[in-house]
Amino acid sequence: MILGRVIGEIHGTIKHPFYANKKLLVIEKTSPAGAPTGDYLIAADAIGAGADERVLVLDEGNGARQVFDSKDAPVRSVVVGIIDDVVNDGT
Amino acid sequence: MLLGRVIGQVVPCVVTPGLEGVPMLLVQPLDKTLKPKGKALVAADATRMAGPGELVSYEGGREAALALDKTFVPVDHAIIAIVDGVSIT
Repeated sequence: MILGRVIGEIHGTIKHPFYANKKLLVIEKTSPAGAPTGDYLIAADAIGAGADERVLVLDEGNGARQVFDSKDAPVRSVVVGIIDDVVNDGT
Repeated sequence: MLLGRVIGQVVPCVVTPGLEGVPMLLVQPLDKTLKPKGKALVAADATRMAGPGELVSYEGGREAALALDKTFVPVDHAIIAIVDGVSIT
């Protein structure tokens, strides 16, 4: 799983039926300390995450399909957690 | 998923069984500010409605093939959505 921050959403009317009622969030990848790495990804929302929240993103297909209880959904990235804090002992 | 811009079309004359009639589009990956980033790639169009110049969202990996009608096909990138707007806060 990867750490990220919600920086926006994408909208569109023409999309795969699976995404018809899903929120698609633009996630900026971050370091454990919260600094942006410059990379991003678009993930489906499973928990109701909103703008500027730090989130945990699963970027793996089988787990993502399990989250949405589907065998054949074309989904790989899904927001599975909202993060309050990351404790990094630096070891 | 990532954002991309459709920059062209690929017209294959022979394709593996299962991929007949599936549109293949040339997609330029974009960064979050919609600037081109990296090399263009060929993606199957699962929406069947994307055209040149359009902003799209594409999925990579095994999940790409799952977006198509026939799901057991050799495809590694597929256009999932045509993006009307990106709101970056």
